[in-house]
Amino acid sequence: MADALSSWEKTEASAARARGPSLRIRGLKKAFGDVRAVDGLDLEVFPGECFGLLGPNGAGKTTTIEICEGLTEPDEGTVELLGRNWKTGAKELRQRIGIQLQETQFPDKLTVEEAVRLFRSFYRRGIAVDEIMRAAQLEEKRKARIGGLSGGQKQRLAMATALVGDPELLFLDEPTTGLDPQARRHVWDLVDDLKRAGRTIILTTHYMDEAERLCDRVAIVDRGKVIALGTPQQLIASVGGEDIVEFAVSRSAQSPALAAEIRRGGRGDGARSELSESGTASAAIDPAILKQIPGVQSHRVDAGVHQLSVSELHTAVPRIFAALEAQGLHLSEFRTHSATLEDVFVRLTGRNLRDE
Amino acid sequence: MSSLIQLTLVRFKLVLREPEAIFWIFIFPILLAVGLGIAFRNRPADVLPVGATTAQLTQALASDHGLKAAELDEAAGAHALATGDILLLAEQGPNGVTYRYDDTNPDARNARLLADRAIQAAAGRRDAVTARNELVHETGSRYIDFVVPGLLGMNLMGSAMWGLGFAIVEGRQKKLLKRMVASPMPKWQYLAAFLLSRLAMLVIEVVVFLGFARLAFGVPFRGPLWQLAFLCILTSLVFSAIGLLVASRARTMEAVSGLMNLVMLPMWILSGVFFSASRFPNVIQPFVKALPLTAAIDAIRGNMLQGTELHQLLGQVAILAAWFCVPFAVSLRIFRWR
Repeated sequence: MADALSSWEKTEASAARARGPSLRIRGLKKAFGDVRAVDGLDLEVFPGECFGLLGPNGAGKTTTIEICEGLTEPDEGTVELLGRNWKTGAKELRQRIGIQLQETQFPDKLTVEEAVRLFRSFYRRGIAVDEIMRAAQLEEKRKARIGGLSGGQKQRLAMATALVGDPELLFLDEPTTGLDPQARRHVWDLVDDLKRAGRTIILTTHYMDEAERLCDRVAIVDRGKVIALGTPQQLIASVGGEDIVEFAVSRSAQSPALAAEIRRGGRGDGARSELSESGTASAAIDPAILKQIPGVQSHRVDAGVHQLSVSELHTAVPRIFAALEAQGLHLSEFRTHSATLEDVFVRLTGRNLRDE
Repeated sequence: MSSLIQLTLVRFKLVLREPEAIFWIFIFPILLAVGLGIAFRNRPADVLPVGATTAQLTQALASDHGLKAAELDEAAGAHALATGDILLLAEQGPNGVTYRYDDTNPDARNARLLADRAIQAAAGRRDAVTARNELVHETGSRYIDFVVPGLLGMNLMGSAMWGLGFAIVEGRQKKLLKRMVASPMPKWQYLAAFLLSRLAMLVIEVVVFLGFARLAFGVPFRGPLWQLAFLCILTSLVFSAIGLLVASRARTMEAVSGLMNLVMLPMWILSGVFFSASRFPNVIQPFVKALPLTAAIDAIRGNMLQGTELHQLLGQVAILAAWFCVPFAVSLRIFRWR
């Protein structure tokens, strides 16, 4: 489970490391008034890597990435990109990196092609406008006004303007926030293409599935600090169990509504928010009994829903049922799913990513 | 350099794609000139309506081209006088003629003079001196000639300031400015593109407006045209720089429009757009003269109406140059890019 890298990938990765990191951050701090947005952050990103900063809103991801982009001055610490820093190498760095910011709105009355052409003119070398249109799948929309584009198309345009200078280092700040599922997948495909082309990408997101899907390595950020760092597989493995069991119990006999709830509940990683609305009062249950069950690694309760991280799911589940039965408790909800980065975050902070 | 061209092109296109901007920049000044031209056109001298109580008097009055005479009896005449249908009633009395009119009404006083002259002449009075009239309608001295340079100055001010101010604040609000400085674009080019696209717009704006004023009203161009062009460009640059300064920190449209009005309102009133700025008291004249719009309008009027050469307008040009350099330098320093 530990290291998913093949030996070939390992050689490739170590060769990249030998060239030195594309981005190196040391002891970064930034406060806005009393709020310490970034509070002593260290990171290294290597060439060819897709690196993710994952964390809830307000964790300091955007501040960190904007310091890296040279848009915000840090209070303390150093940032080095491509062996340069912003104090002495700003002009050169601007030519060599690509940036997509959160919530940039290009002028509505400009056409897609005009916007891309404008940004292309800022770079000494780069990708031809036609080619970038094809890459961002905006060919059909070339002549369309930006005001008439969908959210996903606008986001792809923002990425096109970031890519047009053929950057050695690409920053994507929450590339899929606010997009519908289909548009998100479209953006993911675009990022996949960029990864295949060997680009170094640093992206922020508060979607764990996005980080898992796209990133070679992930830093989980909370309250301005990196609280976990590694490949998604490593991080998930660190939770200690590969599966997560969630259930709620009640002492009363099941009502028809609750029975329906259980039927609805059995579909893997369903939306968590739904659980807290189920109206099931959590009955008293001794965590020690649950933790004694072989295969159960940890236990926590969130809004009346018990969460166990479990290895050996197939043998652990019957034992959990038996233990609850012995306590005279009725299950009102039950579901299992494979552990995700979200579970890692919950485990490390005791909070859900989307609670913030 | 291609980035500066692209930026200018984009600015230019964005303005042309904004229908409201087209109205305010091109159509509005023409409508205003038409309206003022109609209101203050030089009419032929008015024909004054008068009345008389006898046919003989009426005939005598009608012989004057400045009068329109009607024969009325005393009661009808008094009524017409009271309702303003006639300005004067000439009554035949036993010892001569009585004129009934309101001496506080200038038209009625004129009617009195004309009526008396006509009646005296009909009665046989001869002029002691022969006199001849030569009528003068000099272009350049009409109100429309005065107001066209004023409107031009006002329009150059308004379009430069609104155009720049709104576009910049909108870009700031939509985080476009931040995106621009995150690219390798040189910052000065972004601001310079505004000035350049203004100049391109200026050619259309000024030619359309002055061309209309020339064709419709025959407004004179007595100074060298290239000097007039220079003054227009300078004026536009001045107000672009002031617009830049006004927009350099504002975060919202409300803030920027408030500031713009604050800056422009005193100039609309004081700078002699519609009437001469010299009407204001001497105490505030130095202040009025130091305003950029006063300098611009004075210089443009001097060029168009008096044919004043540029070297005689150095005072105004110096004031304008100062109003360009200082705001531009300050706004470059304090400009907020995010």
